[in-house]
Amino acid sequence: MILYLVKRLAVLVVSTAVAGVVVFAFMALLPGDPAEIALGVNATPEALEELRRQFGTDRPAAAQFADWFGGLAQGDFGTSYVTSSPIGPQVADRLGVTVTLVLGGMVIALLIAVPLGVFAAVHHRDPLGVAISAASQVGIAIPAFLAGILLVFVFAVQAQALPSGGYVPFTESPGEWLRGLLLPWLSLGLVQGAVLTRYVRSAVLDVMREDYLRTARAKGRGRMGALWRHGLRNASVPVVTVLGLQLATLLIGAVVVERVFVIPGLGDLLLNGVAGRDLLLVQGVVMVLVVAVLLINFVVDVAYAALDPRLRGAR
Amino acid sequence: MRLRVNAGLVAGAVLVGLVVLAALVSFVWTPHDPTLVDAAGKLRDPGDGYLLGADKFGRDTLSQLMVGARTTLYVGIVAVGIAALLGTPLGVIAGMTPYGWLSELVMRVNDLVFAFPALLLAVMLGAVYGAGTLTAMIAIGVATVPAFARVARAATLQVMVTDYILAARAAGRRGTAIAFRHVLPNIGSMLIVQASVSFAIAILAEAALSFLGFGTRPPTPSWGRMLQESQELLFSTPRLALWPGLAIALAVLGFNLLGDGLRDHLDPKLRRIRAER
Repeated sequence: MILYLVKRLAVLVVSTAVAGVVVFAFMALLPGDPAEIALGVNATPEALEELRRQFGTDRPAAAQFADWFGGLAQGDFGTSYVTSSPIGPQVADRLGVTVTLVLGGMVIALLIAVPLGVFAAVHHRDPLGVAISAASQVGIAIPAFLAGILLVFVFAVQAQALPSGGYVPFTESPGEWLRGLLLPWLSLGLVQGAVLTRYVRSAVLDVMREDYLRTARAKGRGRMGALWRHGLRNASVPVVTVLGLQLATLLIGAVVVERVFVIPGLGDLLLNGVAGRDLLLVQGVVMVLVVAVLLINFVVDVAYAALDPRLRGAR
Repeated sequence: MRLRVNAGLVAGAVLVGLVVLAALVSFVWTPHDPTLVDAAGKLRDPGDGYLLGADKFGRDTLSQLMVGARTTLYVGIVAVGIAALLGTPLGVIAGMTPYGWLSELVMRVNDLVFAFPALLLAVMLGAVYGAGTLTAMIAIGVATVPAFARVARAATLQVMVTDYILAARAAGRRGTAIAFRHVLPNIGSMLIVQASVSFAIAILAEAALSFLGFGTRPPTPSWGRMLQESQELLFSTPRLALWPGLAIALAVLGFNLLGDGLRDHLDPKLRRIRAER
């Protein structure tokens, strides 16, 4: 297990470094010189030269990359060429909002998927079980931003019970914070809940066919009792893996949902950065999201190997 | 043998068929010009030759939906095509030489690309080259390569341990010949299933990108952008969000059902398990 962990860790570090090179190289292709963009067309060559030296864009690409990547490792994202403000604190602020959004969505997805999935599996021959299955298939086909628009229509336009968008920090008003986040959480959670319901159902169905469950029933436990004592823990192994992968999907889904609900998260920061041609900002946010996905995959792999020792030799 | 018709497969085929039909018909006929701005017909109610009404520029919703189907299919075909053309050979090579450095390299690169979701790639491409249908298609396609490579690799690994591969090797067949004559035909069905599922994901990605302004550019109709334009009018004219939303959901549902149905249909082992359930 330790050897596996070390190997996976090495892969993670190398992947992160290569991803850094890719993101940096990509952004280096961006037409236009940051100094020219900042000063406009009427700038004197001397002023441009001076600003380039300040930005450090007059140095070779390799040196710029080393600076940027080295800074990232210490949490320093550099200073924006456009707004002249440090990027790190902005990213940290926004990351908190996005993480809140993602975790809330995940909790709702679990609250939906576990009971419905187990029910659909136990009652897989009954009309209601089949109906849950079919409903989850429909839920998968609805993108989170569409769910968001539908929810706004129902709860903000029709019922006028919740705000259609906007974000109030928790420190300002916990009640408004919660009201503002309910619909975004639901948009992310309903869709991922539908996906997860299918996995829970099929995992529980697999477990229900196992001999140990039959043995438990033969010993006099009821169907739900046997499942509760012996089935759910076993069924949770594949579900936990899917859950991890869904975190990555939720993170990207949050970028779009933030746009629907005007929430100042990482996605909002990224899209504003692109619109304002804020190169370093875009680079930094993309890198944060990519590293988050890499980290999630790493944790999923390691967790899976810890739960199922047979997988350790597989790689 | 009695052919058992899978209800999901049929439903999926019908939904996909509808999208394809709408797109094909839009080449020769739409009720109105989908891009024609008509100030007098602003937010026109349904009826009177405008079956689903018109948007804030007076453009006919039904015509936009039909041409939007074309955009959706176009993006899906190109994106899935890119993913299949790049991912399949990589996966087959990795599967045929499971312990070689090439296989290891392919799978590691795969993991890396996996960390760049379509949305991020499209935003990066859009920032550099300007957002549009082309950058969206390339981003979605590249982001889908790992899915194809994984499926192709897993399927190839299964094929490689069969007796007919052993026989082909004993007969002195070269690697490329084995790949084309024996591996590809046998993993084809898995790839078709993957293509259908990937198509659904591509539709979702295109809609999300157009919604964010990183996909199809105006005036070309796109379901995602129709949704984005409708959002500000949600309080006054909610039907503008209803139709493109419904179109996206039904198209994705169609391709998902088609993929699931094909998987059940093409894999006899799965079919038996489903029947038992």
